[in-house]
Amino acid sequence: MENEIIFKKEIAPGVKTIKVRAPLIAKKTKSGQFVILRVSEDGERIPLTLIDWDPKEGTITLVFKEVGASTRELGRLEVGDVIHDLVGPLGKPSEIALYGKVCIVGRGVAIAAAYERAKKLKEVGNNITTIISARTSKFLIYKEEFEKLSDSFYIVTDDGSEGIKGYAGDVLKKLLESNERFDLVYAVGAATLMKNISDITRPYKIKTIVSLNSLMIDGTGMCGCCRVTIDGKPKFVCIDGPDFDAHLVDFEEFKARIHMYDEEEKAALKIMREI
Amino acid sequence: MQILDIRLKRVPMSELSIEERLKTFSEVALGYSEEQALAEASRCLQCENPLCIEMCPLHIDIKNFIKLIRKGAYEEANEKIREKNCLPSICGRVCPQEKLCVMGCKNTIGDPINIGALERFIADWNLEKGIKIPDIPKFTGKSVAIVGSGPAGLSVATELAKMGHHIVIFEALHEAGGVLIYGIPEFRLPKKIVRQEIEYIKKIGVEIKTNIIIGKTLTIDDLFDEGFDAIFLGTGAGLPKLLGIPGENLCGVYSLNEFLIRINLMNAYTFPYKSKTPIKVRGKVAVLGARGMDAARCALRLGAEEVSIFYQRKIVGRVDDIRRGIEEGVKLQSLIKPIRLIGNEKRWVEQVELIRLKQVVNSRTGKPKLIPEESSRIFYNAETVIIATEHIPNTIAATNTSRNIRISNKQKTIIVDPETLEASNGIFAGGDVVSGAATVIKAIEAGKRAATSINNYLMNKH
Repeated sequence: MENEIIFKKEIAPGVKTIKVRAPLIAKKTKSGQFVILRVSEDGERIPLTLIDWDPKEGTITLVFKEVGASTRELGRLEVGDVIHDLVGPLGKPSEIALYGKVCIVGRGVAIAAAYERAKKLKEVGNNITTIISARTSKFLIYKEEFEKLSDSFYIVTDDGSEGIKGYAGDVLKKLLESNERFDLVYAVGAATLMKNISDITRPYKIKTIVSLNSLMIDGTGMCGCCRVTIDGKPKFVCIDGPDFDAHLVDFEEFKARIHMYDEEEKAALKIMREI
Repeated sequence: MQILDIRLKRVPMSELSIEERLKTFSEVALGYSEEQALAEASRCLQCENPLCIEMCPLHIDIKNFIKLIRKGAYEEANEKIREKNCLPSICGRVCPQEKLCVMGCKNTIGDPINIGALERFIADWNLEKGIKIPDIPKFTGKSVAIVGSGPAGLSVATELAKMGHHIVIFEALHEAGGVLIYGIPEFRLPKKIVRQEIEYIKKIGVEIKTNIIIGKTLTIDDLFDEGFDAIFLGTGAGLPKLLGIPGENLCGVYSLNEFLIRINLMNAYTFPYKSKTPIKVRGKVAVLGARGMDAARCALRLGAEEVSIFYQRKIVGRVDDIRRGIEEGVKLQSLIKPIRLIGNEKRWVEQVELIRLKQVVNSRTGKPKLIPEESSRIFYNAETVIIATEHIPNTIAATNTSRNIRISNKQKTIIVDPETLEASNGIFAGGDVVSGAATVIKAIEAGKRAATSINNYLMNKH
């Protein structure tokens, strides 16, 4: 059955991976694209990055962290359950090309998305340096996969419970200071991380791409909820992105806009807990 | 004297009280009762040359459906309307009748007939009772894919299905109806009505597939490969055009579409207990642009302290709905335009700076034009801003294909043969995607014309 969950696994506390039957989406997906789904009749439309897809099998794989009411609702679905609405693939595909030396930076649940890009960039012959980071050891995902794929691999945790203590940016900074050079830096994670990486690479003039996770509704350019300022011009993440040149992104604006509904998000979560 | 009075005055339609309206999203205009419909129908003069029919873009046989109402033949009246209009319960509610059929009404001794209310009465009465499915001719062996389930798509689908073709509509959103679902608020057009009309269209054999974006999930090329013989693009005008002024990306600033989609498609007015999609309406609300009446009325219902629409020339909408909006408390300010939006340190909008305009005559062309009066800048404290300017077509379907579909540079509309509405071999287009944002009835009319030429194309092919 279409939209049926055929596999589910918790890969870190509150972080789940699901494989969903979606043959049409699987056939068309390219690296960097995403879907929008609704768990139920009254559900929110939420965007999730496509982590893997198998056109032969007709399946797609999604990884999400249960943060708000909607992702928690999604997390409650089990194998055999059907996702109410699922549409995609959305967004512009990432530019997968031979750059030379590429540094991939991923944090938290977005490590999954970083892995998807890294895999594709590796396939076309790039040399991959990976820096994955999380608050603490138990939130590090895709470790073995990255270990296998990367030419150089760094693990960073805020509390030092695994790998280097500190932030991903610190590692990148050190690498650059010790004359390591990259042709592309690709960063995906929280807004603060992406801004931080962008600030570090700017003086070195290294091409840096970030994948922006704006709020969205329709995902086809209709609502403009996801709008961001890129090089002083308004762009829609859903149709012009999600990948953008990090050095052109107005991160302060982006950060403010993704937190527009934090209060409402809390209220929805409170009600969900009460029920 | 009293009898004459009845003949002169329009039978008024009951409406929710203003207090009730501001508490709910329930439909404001309650429609005619049978008694009221009969009284209003009795006022029709049954003109020799009914101009109302000429003024209706669909040329509905208004004179005769009114005659049938008088006889109490409501089913026949419905058939009479549906000969020409596949969405009568919707048109009865949202058509700007005062600029169309009612403008043609020559009831010179009194108010013109409330044709929309009569159309609505008949359509609702029959939808409630269940409409007989018309006899569909034998399957022609031809299939048509329709992109978009708004008024244009529903219209072309209905007509082609009635001719015996196999019809599949592809809708990008999770619910069918296009602008009827995401654009028009519940208090003007209840979703139940749209769903009933769509159910009827499904009953005559039209298949609707939601959550499929043509140009992404499938392309026009895929549709031809799958065996569709022709394609109709009824993708509407759904992309917001921003004003291009500073501060548009501040928090608390919505495009008209975002505001309406949250409320209409996602039911954000039931957040957080039912809908999980939030909306934020705080303090005073500034609606910038002439197309903002629906949004303004929504904002009042969501607890806005005050709602003002600032626009340049003329407010867009049906006269009844503009009146209702004003009754509900929407303030209108014309001859004014926004200059910039000003935010606080947390990047939330706080103020709109506007400038008054005055009308002068262009000395060269002799035409009136608006020029800003530099000395008349105004600051309006708004914590919520809605940008209600025009919308342009979404070109996802028309551009992600190997087929050559021409799109106008400025308006982003699809260029078609004006006679056949053909955009490229076997690909037709109509409605807002061709005309730019217009009315529901114009889209239905385009759908009907496209159906005729698609049928010709199908029957002459091979």
